[in-house]
Amino acid sequence: MSNAFDSSKPIFLQVRELIEDQIVNDQLKEGDQAPSTNQLVSFYKINHATVSKGINQLVEEGILYKKRGIGMFVAEGAKQTLVGQRKEAFVDNYVRSLVQEAEKLGITQDEIIELIKNTKGSEE
Amino acid sequence: MAAKVEMKNITLKFGKFEALKDISLTLESGKIHGLIGRNGAGKTSLLSLLAAFREPTQGQVEIDGEPVFENSEKMQQISFIFEKNYADEYEKVPAMLEFSERYRPNYDKDYANHLLKRFKLPLDKPIHKFSKGMQSALNVVIGLASRTPITIFDEAYLGMDAPAREIFYQEILADQAEHPRTFILSTHLVSEMDYLFDNVVIIDQGRLLLNEEYETISAQGASITGAADQVDAFVSGMKVLNEQKLGGTKSVMVYGTLTEQNQLTAREQGLEIGPVPLQDLFIHLTEEAH
Repeated sequence: MSNAFDSSKPIFLQVRELIEDQIVNDQLKEGDQAPSTNQLVSFYKINHATVSKGINQLVEEGILYKKRGIGMFVAEGAKQTLVGQRKEAFVDNYVRSLVQEAEKLGITQDEIIELIKNTKGSEE
Repeated sequence: MAAKVEMKNITLKFGKFEALKDISLTLESGKIHGLIGRNGAGKTSLLSLLAAFREPTQGQVEIDGEPVFENSEKMQQISFIFEKNYADEYEKVPAMLEFSERYRPNYDKDYANHLLKRFKLPLDKPIHKFSKGMQSALNVVIGLASRTPITIFDEAYLGMDAPAREIFYQEILADQAEHPRTFILSTHLVSEMDYLFDNVVIIDQGRLLLNEEYETISAQGASITGAADQVDAFVSGMKVLNEQKLGGTKSVMVYGTLTEQNQLTAREQGLEIGPVPLQDLFIHLTEEAH
């Protein structure tokens, strides 16, 4: 198993997220050919079955589509779909833990907003 | 071209010693099968029956439905690659490869040359002067370039360094995509090679312990980590393979599939569920049988 993956969640989900990430940050554009299962297996040294499971989910959800004998391509509207899904998950994945941790540390709401502004400012 | 292998109630005895005990298994055509077992489990015995180097004491080995023993047509379809003693081999690589070319109908000379280059094997040096790793690499070249419908590598990597093994694995995957065949790879290097396997066969003390698709097996194990008492409560009634404790934290490896409900409950209780590497499953499954 490659170091690119951790054991905290199923590897096929991590494979899937890896491709999703590349679509969301425009490394893979709509209509581009996605890496093949074989390429992913060789590169990350993870099992064929695991890679296929992750990829197939993306195909089922219409993020990727297969061209028989050629390979896998990024579907039109894929980025929009993914960004939409991720926005929905944003509250669960990030905001909730932020608020919980802030409560533990006694950070007020105004302070949180201030911290977010500062962080954003330092990144730009 | 690939072929299906079937073993029917195989028993192999050496005198009174039973090396293999009533093994029945089917190896699907066109897949990469990993054969794993502890030292002396019977891996090489099993493979030598498959390759028709030996006749089983009882039972039958069939390739595509035909018995393989003393069947020249079927034997031509099998490559059995194992560690050979090349101490008396004064020939050089080209002369060695001529044999494969003559006896293996699917032998691909260009592919062999490509492999020789990748492994950086010298063509002008007698083979007995090769290092052990280079001799193993030559075996791998012969096995891959023969493109037999059944290709068996019995710990073929012995003595090969990490970069050479990496080339070996890459070439198996690449050639399997282009020219599918039935590969059987026996190995001790489970964690290094498990990503290659479509199917996994585990034997232990001459018995078949398991023959399943990789995906099925990997879904069979889970590690559960969290507060000790919560973990204990969660795994009660499950088949526990291994336990580790660090302070108040406990990590338990279980064998069996977790239902969606199980997983949800675990997450609600703040328990972490992780996959179990094949290597660990192998260690604990074979430990238990002893």
